[in-house]
Amino acid sequence: MIEKKELLNIASLAKLKLSEEDEEKITKKFNLVLNYARMFDELDLENVEPLVNINNLSNVMREDEPMESYDRETLLANAPEKLYGCIKVSKIIE
Amino acid sequence: MDLFSLTLHEIRDMMRNGEISSKEVLDSVYGRIEAVEDKIEAYLTLTKDYAYEAAESIDKRRLKGEKLGDLAGIPMAVKDNISTKGIKTTCASKMLENYIPPFDAHVFEKLKEAGAILVGKTNLDEFAMGCSTETSAFKITKNPWDLERVPGGSSGGSAAAVAADEAYFAIGSDTGGSMRQPASLCGVIGFKPTYGAISRYGLVAFASSFDQIGTFAKDVEDCAIILNYLYGYDEKDTTSLPIEFGDFKEALNKDIKGMKIGLPKEYYDKGIDGEVKEMILDGVKVLERLGAHVEEISLPYAKYAVPVYYIISSSEASSNLARFDGVRYGYRAKEYKDLEELYVNSRSQGFGSEVKFRIMLGTYSLSSKCYDTHYNRALKVRRLIKQELEEAFVKYDILITPTYPTIASKIGEKSEDLVAMYMSDICTVTANIAGIPAMSIPCGFSKGLPVGMQIMSKAMGEADIIKAAHAFEKNTNYYKNKPTL
Repeated sequence: MIEKKELLNIASLAKLKLSEEDEEKITKKFNLVLNYARMFDELDLENVEPLVNINNLSNVMREDEPMESYDRETLLANAPEKLYGCIKVSKIIE
Repeated sequence: MDLFSLTLHEIRDMMRNGEISSKEVLDSVYGRIEAVEDKIEAYLTLTKDYAYEAAESIDKRRLKGEKLGDLAGIPMAVKDNISTKGIKTTCASKMLENYIPPFDAHVFEKLKEAGAILVGKTNLDEFAMGCSTETSAFKITKNPWDLERVPGGSSGGSAAAVAADEAYFAIGSDTGGSMRQPASLCGVIGFKPTYGAISRYGLVAFASSFDQIGTFAKDVEDCAIILNYLYGYDEKDTTSLPIEFGDFKEALNKDIKGMKIGLPKEYYDKGIDGEVKEMILDGVKVLERLGAHVEEISLPYAKYAVPVYYIISSSEASSNLARFDGVRYGYRAKEYKDLEELYVNSRSQGFGSEVKFRIMLGTYSLSSKCYDTHYNRALKVRRLIKQELEEAFVKYDILITPTYPTIASKIGEKSEDLVAMYMSDICTVTANIAGIPAMSIPCGFSKGLPVGMQIMSKAMGEADIIKAAHAFEKNTNYYKNKPTL
């Protein structure tokens, strides 16, 4: 069971604020999955390597060659607020 | 005869023979959309101007005598989490409601080159997280076979569009069953490829080690044709396989005598509706009559698949969705007093409840306290599941299971029943965990609603799936049934 304090801490780590309704729903879902995950306890996983790369491809490289990229206008087209050709955010340094 | 109700290969032949133009085909499909879309709500965006321009160009090229490929002039739908340059790509989320990608996904670029025509972008569960298309922030797509029921998900819009003849084929994505499950519930074909076979470049990432783009099709021949255009190495996806798969059409019309089929008993267990189970076993009998050898097998690790899937996919989602911070693109909250609040308010208002849950489950599983007990253990069990399947495929060419435990549920019914919602992925997630290809093919009707049979093969064993599916289809013809709309 996940405790309210812990749930709210995770929300804050994930930069999320939960409504009361979300909190209730998410707690239920959390507990369901965590409960199922307890099934792993019955397995001996001591000598099993974690599987991180499904096709065993690693270090895929390509030549470092200059290529065409996007212009500023295209890249800024989706920015919610912009100023002087930059993305605008609130003041970071006092 | 209504043009919209034909298959891709039938329409292709008629266009090639000069019987009809691409514009006439498009008229027929948009006419159909006009007639039924109010009821189905499969699309989030229609791209009519764009489509007619493309059709005109195809018709001109054909008139000039240019030899065009299979997909030239074929109207298609694309799931709204696949980037389309200059056309909104929302992921059915308030977070990306107004987002217009400056680039095309690799698959969309290939399809455009092949002359396929985008008629619209389809609805999905928000960020592809869900199995009913009910978590979409914008609309609820209905199952064409029963408008009170869900089409499945997350690619519910794409599946419903093909089932309702609102497109000849549709592109979707599959992270834990998001192509096969809606295909099963809507009575069409849904295909998820071997991991790495189709480039993910331009697919908005949910869980990168599971996500694959695939297709919905009206019949197996159409499916083989479409896959030919989607497969291939792409340097922009570092997990792309540098392998040639060949022509999938060669797997059509093949004898399946001697083919070895395994039926993993864990997938026929309690929780699977009796009538659904019967239908799958009847389907297997069809293949047996055609000369396939069928045996029951056991995959003891299968029961761990759902928690493995939830923990790893949510962990990856937590990392992938960190990019949505309200700064560079996407939703930005109107009110905030500093940068921290800009992040928190934008994310809290932009994401729906299911997405928040997955992000948080992932954040939790990756936290220093739980990394070993949750994330790392899930990765270990993932290896066991993959190994177990590899061993099974030494002996069997394909495995057959139900795609989904039941027929489509009523809208709103399952979103309240957490255990049922959770168990619904049980038949499909294994293929994503192991990176193997799988198809759902219509195999009958229960209470008037479609049931899908899942065929899985070893990685890169696509041809075996198509071979078996085509043999099955030719001897059953379930795909010829259409919903009354």
